[in-house]
Amino acid sequence: MVNKQGQTRLSKYYEQVELGKRAALEADMVRGCLARRKEECSFVEYKDYKLVYRQYAALFIVVGITENENELSIYELVHNFVEVLDKYFSRVGLTLQLQVVMFKSEKR
Amino acid sequence: MSPSVRLQEMIRVIRSARTQGEERGIIQRECADIRAQFRQGDNGERSHSLAKLLYVHMLGYPAHFGQMECVRLIASPRYNEKRMGYLGAMMLLDEKQDASLLITNSIKNDLSHSSQYVQSLALCTLACMGSAEMCRDLAPEIERLLRASNSYIKKKATLCAVHIIRKVPELAELFIPAARSLLSEKNHGVLHGAVVLITELCARNPDTLDQFRKAVPELVQIMKGLVTSSYSPEHNVAGISDPFLQVRILRLLRILGHNNDTASDAMNDLLAQVATNTDSSKTAGSAVLYETVLTIMDINSESGLRVLAVNILGRFLLNNDRNIRYISMTSLQKIVQTDHNAVQRHRGTIVDCLKDQDTSVKRRALDLSLALVSAVNIRSMMKELLIFLSTCPLELRSQTASGIFNAAERYSPSKRWHIDTILHVLTTAGGDVRDETVPNLIQLITTASELHCYTVHKLYRALVKDISQQSLVQVACWCIGEYGDLLLKGECEEIEPVQVTEDDVLEALETVLQSHMSSPATRGFALTATMKLSTRITDNVDRIRSIVSIYGSCIDLELQQRAVEYNALFKKYDHMRAAVLERMPVMDKNSPGHTNGDTSGEIKEPDPSKPKPVEAGLLSEPASQVCDLLDLLGGTDTPLQPKPAPTITPTTTSSADLLDLLGGLEPIPVPTVTVYEKNGLSLKTQCDKQTETDVTVTLIASNSTQSDITNFTLQAAVPKSVQLQMKAPSGNVIPAHGLGQVTQTVLLNNPNKVSLKMRIRVSYSHQGAVHQDTVQIDSFPSLGWNCQPSINPL
Repeated sequence: MVNKQGQTRLSKYYEQVELGKRAALEADMVRGCLARRKEECSFVEYKDYKLVYRQYAALFIVVGITENENELSIYELVHNFVEVLDKYFSRVGLTLQLQVVMFKSEKR
Repeated sequence: MSPSVRLQEMIRVIRSARTQGEERGIIQRECADIRAQFRQGDNGERSHSLAKLLYVHMLGYPAHFGQMECVRLIASPRYNEKRMGYLGAMMLLDEKQDASLLITNSIKNDLSHSSQYVQSLALCTLACMGSAEMCRDLAPEIERLLRASNSYIKKKATLCAVHIIRKVPELAELFIPAARSLLSEKNHGVLHGAVVLITELCARNPDTLDQFRKAVPELVQIMKGLVTSSYSPEHNVAGISDPFLQVRILRLLRILGHNNDTASDAMNDLLAQVATNTDSSKTAGSAVLYETVLTIMDINSESGLRVLAVNILGRFLLNNDRNIRYISMTSLQKIVQTDHNAVQRHRGTIVDCLKDQDTSVKRRALDLSLALVSAVNIRSMMKELLIFLSTCPLELRSQTASGIFNAAERYSPSKRWHIDTILHVLTTAGGDVRDETVPNLIQLITTASELHCYTVHKLYRALVKDISQQSLVQVACWCIGEYGDLLLKGECEEIEPVQVTEDDVLEALETVLQSHMSSPATRGFALTATMKLSTRITDNVDRIRSIVSIYGSCIDLELQQRAVEYNALFKKYDHMRAAVLERMPVMDKNSPGHTNGDTSGEIKEPDPSKPKPVEAGLLSEPASQVCDLLDLLGGTDTPLQPKPAPTITPTTTSSADLLDLLGGLEPIPVPTVTVYEKNGLSLKTQCDKQTETDVTVTLIASNSTQSDITNFTLQAAVPKSVQLQMKAPSGNVIPAHGLGQVTQTVLLNNPNKVSLKMRIRVSYSHQGAVHQDTVQIDSFPSLGWNCQPSINPL
């Protein structure tokens, strides 16, 4: 998740990527997504992955998926995820929100 | 102040920092605080400090000093601290850190804990960062948990099992029986996990595929239930009942049904039902439909179903949502090879998408349009593509240009149309075309002899208008040089006649020569063209001589060399000038690797046409005279080749061309190396083609004994990362006395660029006895023009 200025708010890696490379990778991906205009579609081809991104106010959620994954279903998943966070966010404190984020990401 | 407020407070403070430097300062202070906290030892504050540290880590700052704290917290009996510890472990630890080994024992204990939440914490952590050893240790535990009664635990355990299989594929057999039984679960979470687990199992091992094919009816049942079920509030997403599970099941069905008729038959009904019943007004429904289409395309489905799938994609194309248009084009791209006609029906929509705002959509539309071009629709498609070329974004230009050229080459209805199209492309996007376009176009023009007049007129006009597009200028100069007399005649049936005088033509060529926009190659073309005109025109020969002699002192070596040679042609060899500068014969179209083979191709062409013997004779005579000036390039046959100029001028070509210039006109014979010689049987290898990762080797076997060798077979083995493909041998009988040979081609694909070794076993019958022997070839050179394998007979 990144904000409009490109700062990473949350990152989750399902493969091992070294810390040093993470920042560079994130910056690169985010640059590609932030530069898109409103009329463009939400799927970007990046190296050998596809990026699915969605914008919610000032927050961008970007998911990198492999070639054979269904992009539309990931698109829906992102939305579902945000809805769930929304429901929790208003009630519980910030610490628990981190937990929720972690545990939800497990469920791919 | 209670600590949790301090976390929120810290976050607020960090976010209020205005500059990066300020933020770094705040973070450093907080980290110092946290480190002091950790050193203090056990009090109630540890988990909160770790929480703050994790936040700092999320922002990208180093947090490795928290790792030991995580380990300590995991071991704590308090749930709060355990939870924070596990969270920290998932974020901070990975298999490369030593601290991860320390938590294995804690995880093991927690997996048998009485509270399901603690168990789930351990499962999540193991699934997130479990290393191979940890997985191996704990796999039996996980398998036991897969049969637990609690669906919460079962769900977590299945996901953990997926991770274990990814890390340690050998443990897959352990989970197969459990996975099978999980399919009968009611809980969607567990079901989803089970489907993922089965997908992973099948992906790793094709044998398990057969086992799980028996589960296809069960999966079909579940899907049917999902599709036809009434509104279920806990699984509903935009009107579809659990689309994520549906998509997963469809994907698993795809894997199971691929290349298997029985499984595919079982699925046909279901797929038809899903395709017709799913409501596609929302994205969730479209996602399910998309996955259905992909599945239909991949399995051996009946043709009615395939047509249905293509229609769904066509419907998607008309959708307002850009995302859906994009994915429909992506999938159409995949099926255009197999179901060409079905996709043709939607050609109009696809061509319209070329005008869309979005670059990704445009790229897809371009790929599809190029794939859909056929002999029938070439004219209209080409019109659209040319319009697209003039408006398309820069990164797509060269792809479009080369696509247009390919299509034009394959399907052009007439030569004139072909030439027109290429000229159009050159005028709009001349800078983005590939280098071999120029010689290809020239070759095309020479073959269309009836159009020479027309072509040269058009090119002249284009040249006069604009000399910035290098490829266009090069072709124009060449044509004007060759067919200048036709240009000057002025009349041409197909264009309105414009009177062009010799001065105009020379003026144009001089502009090209002097313009700073022209590249050295272009200048070379222009100079040669000027020279050729000296035989085609009558009045301004002096002007030409003066132009040529000016460039005799040019700084550019290539131009200087040419000018000096042409000067020589004027002075000493004036009698030969006409013959040398005659019209070029029609060139043979050779393979792309042979651009300079045109030179040798001409000399060796069987049908003798007049210029050739003259050419060959000329080459030897003046060669000696001018060779003192030619030590630059070393070859004595490089001079006096104004005819093959277009093929030599692109000095940016590969080393092949340079070697040809240096080594003479004959192609260098590829050497063969004998790798095995025994009992009269000799085996030679010859490297035919080499790129960075591929080598083509021909094995030639010959027999010098008195009697034939029969049943001759070769087997080859290569290192693991190299792929080997053996073509069929030419035969398996080698006649005696070296009268014949058996050849076999071997293709080696070496993506990792390891050193290539090959072990070959030969077996044959000779004079009634069966022989077998093994030879090892130790190294092939990785790069180089000559292929000299080093051999090591065993």
